[in-house]
Amino acid sequence: MPERFFKGIRATALAAAAGIALALAVAGADDARAEYGDVVINNFSDAAGMRPVVFPHWFHRIRFRCKVCHADLGFKFQAGGNQINMVKIIDGEFCGACHNGEIAWSVENCNLCHSAKPGTPTQVHESTVQRLVAPGGVQPAPARK
Amino acid sequence: MGRASFSVGSRVWLFALSGMLCLLWVSQVFPQERKWLPLAADGVHDPRSPALKQLQEPREALSRLAPDPHVGNQVRWVKALELGQINPRTNIFPETKVSVLDQDIIMSNTGSRPKVRFPHKQHSLWLDCAICHEQLFKSKAGGNNISMLSILEGQQCGLCHGAVAFPLTECDRCHSVPHGVPIPDAIIGK
Repeated sequence: MPERFFKGIRATALAAAAGIALALAVAGADDARAEYGDVVINNFSDAAGMRPVVFPHWFHRIRFRCKVCHADLGFKFQAGGNQINMVKIIDGEFCGACHNGEIAWSVENCNLCHSAKPGTPTQVHESTVQRLVAPGGVQPAPARK
Repeated sequence: MGRASFSVGSRVWLFALSGMLCLLWVSQVFPQERKWLPLAADGVHDPRSPALKQLQEPREALSRLAPDPHVGNQVRWVKALELGQINPRTNIFPETKVSVLDQDIIMSNTGSRPKVRFPHKQHSLWLDCAICHEQLFKSKAGGNNISMLSILEGQQCGLCHGAVAFPLTECDRCHSVPHGVPIPDAIIGK
């Protein structure tokens, strides 16, 4: 009888520990996320052997209102939908309107933008749809060719 | 004998479940203060990227702004703007016109949900009229067929809300006007 009693206690303790570990894992999984509105752009980067670009909306909206990029600079509201390449940027289009060494740091700082994990698909990170409809897997926005 | 082992087994599951429930309850009753993941652990940045030493961490910038503990960047962006905590540029080209429109639109065709109040002011603080008008939305109250289905698909309001403006799980922030209550100084749409 005592042997069975201790077996029961041990099993109970193990199960409680497993339950707590599972709850922590669920809570922890919720934490593994980039900042809301971060955009990953991987139209050309992977193919060119560069890390994909991370565009942090939060950083830019502290400094610029939406209209600066989405009206004056012509950024479409679609991750990967702008076909941005380095030639356009050096010509002063898109990111290059500010990232020219005058308003913000210049294009020779490749790594500051090209900083995502290689292979990360083009996406708006943490969008409601991504969170609710496809919580397990990222739904990348289609890159237009 | 068989009965005894069954009762041990069910007790085990009961304890496992109660352990989980206790932890979940604790996390609900004592909400954590705002936390932002470091870039190196956010799942998107390459932890081996040399940029991580130089890029600003979200915590450093966002912890100083008006709190929104549950959603998005955990920042009330409009409030941060109104309080002067941030002062984002309105234009980089000198010829760009800036116009803020202080006008509310009430949308009442919302079924059993409260009506929607659309405040032009808070939107035109950030955006230019031409971003929404006339392609996304006609400039006529009641002239647009807005539906939650298209919004959830990332169209109409969903172009920004759910991607960069507060997310679509915040129903009450838009559906904020009870039916049957007259709203002065508002334009009534569909």
